[in-house]
Amino acid sequence: MEPFEYERVSSTGEALALASSSGSAFLAGGTELLNWMRIGIERPTKIIDIGRIESLSGIHETPSGALSIGALSKLNDIAQHPQVMRDYPVLSQSILKAASAQIRNLATIGGNPLQRVRCPYFRADEPTPCNKRVAGSGCAALHGFNEKHAIFGWTEDCVAVQPSDPAVSLAALDAVFITERSGGGRRIPARDFHVLPGENPAAHHRLGSGELITAVELPRAWPKSAYLKIRERESYEYATVSTAVALELDGDVITNARIALGSVAMRPWRLDETERRLVGQRLGSAGIKAAVDAGLVDARPLSRNGYKVVIARNAVLRTIDTAART
Amino acid sequence: MTDERKTPPDLANGDECQRGDGVTMTRRGLFRSTFAAATSVALNGVQAAPAPTSAESRSHVPRVNNLVHISVTINGVAHRIEVRSDVTLLDLLREQLQLTGAKKGCNRGECGACTVMLDGRRVNSCFVLAATLEGRRVTTVEGLATGDSLHPVQRAFIKCDAFQCGFCTSGQIMSAVGCIEEGHTGSNVEIREWMSGNLCRCSAYPQIAAAVETASVELQGGAHGAV
Repeated sequence: MEPFEYERVSSTGEALALASSSGSAFLAGGTELLNWMRIGIERPTKIIDIGRIESLSGIHETPSGALSIGALSKLNDIAQHPQVMRDYPVLSQSILKAASAQIRNLATIGGNPLQRVRCPYFRADEPTPCNKRVAGSGCAALHGFNEKHAIFGWTEDCVAVQPSDPAVSLAALDAVFITERSGGGRRIPARDFHVLPGENPAAHHRLGSGELITAVELPRAWPKSAYLKIRERESYEYATVSTAVALELDGDVITNARIALGSVAMRPWRLDETERRLVGQRLGSAGIKAAVDAGLVDARPLSRNGYKVVIARNAVLRTIDTAART
Repeated sequence: MTDERKTPPDLANGDECQRGDGVTMTRRGLFRSTFAAATSVALNGVQAAPAPTSAESRSHVPRVNNLVHISVTINGVAHRIEVRSDVTLLDLLREQLQLTGAKKGCNRGECGACTVMLDGRRVNSCFVLAATLEGRRVTTVEGLATGDSLHPVQRAFIKCDAFQCGFCTSGQIMSAVGCIEEGHTGSNVEIREWMSGNLCRCSAYPQIAAAVETASVELQGGAHGAV
């Protein structure tokens, strides 16, 4: 790694003041940043350790009944928190399917959505055409080994997928990221947090430099929810396709639905059309399959990943059943 | 130097070799000097950049202030350490403190061979910058036994034949200690899921899972809840 200054802060104010100099990076769990530095993806000259800021930890209810999760909350702690397990099982399940126990003891919910794509061309040690590594250099995956890449929202400038599991659940749950930055923070909906290549192929997410996620808010509970992660191995691997499903039921009739697909696009992919068409459908009916198909009709596979459309469809159908039985 | 063509010295078979600077090298001496150079390089990673002795070497001094002082407790022993900012806990343990139990299998958080306990939680030490350790407690595999008495997890690994080459074993043992303390040993399936962050190239997985179960029964006193 290149030489860098290290500073530990105890408040968000201190963190933002230090971040005003360019070339700085925030350090929380460190489970991505250190690898970026080893590969050469990032070369910060100053690391600001925010890991001890007490105001950023903790899980509590807001006056409006939303659940607020501090950005520094460790993934394992969130997943095994009784209220999360009861009211947001999809979030708990998606976290426990992610990474390993050791990583989840370090990684935080504020850092996890900032993880970058696993595209082998992006992560390569040698220079390879990749618009996220070097803007304007092209996309080697477009006509390359794209089995693991996008079926939605891609352009010829980038076909990579956002790999975070918790982000898929957060998008389905209509979660909101609360940020702070000098000049004023903002609220960023999780479903819009990651940037599609049509907007900016070099970008990963919307956070500006010197902007810090302080909390994630879940507006309302979805106790009938579930996460399914399809991957080549049973554990400790990124998803081929994943899905987060949350339902409201009246008997066995769906009255409300939220569905997001993971690892099919540069952001978790909400199936808005499916969600609309599921309302009023009886569990197990043909209308459910039609609703799911309607959400997938605009999938655009690449040369090697048509199978993802099939898996996505079947994963959603299966998870609708699982969520309904929760 | 003369222009004679000489047969090169057969260092492997005990020949000596005259270096141009008059130093006589034997095979053992070559290995010694190579080891010393490697150690010196490794130690440089955890010490301050050396003071320049000439205008040329002054260009190698990093232009940032990257030294950090930390107080950290490791296996119950308090240390006050000065480290460069880019040193990981893994390198601190292995290179500076000679606690070589934790292994560098991948150095990118994918294999688990570097697993240690940090403030009572199992983590990959290759993901922890030593600079962040102020006031923290670290336990490594070297800190598990009490005198000559092995930790129950260590005894279970021996009893269940849970290692072959042994390279992943330190990390497996530390991860198992964490897994048991977390209460994730209710079934063989649960053990394998919660131990999945530790890879074993020798595939001792069935025996490792058996060792975790065995140690769990002993540490949690009786039958653990099967789910």
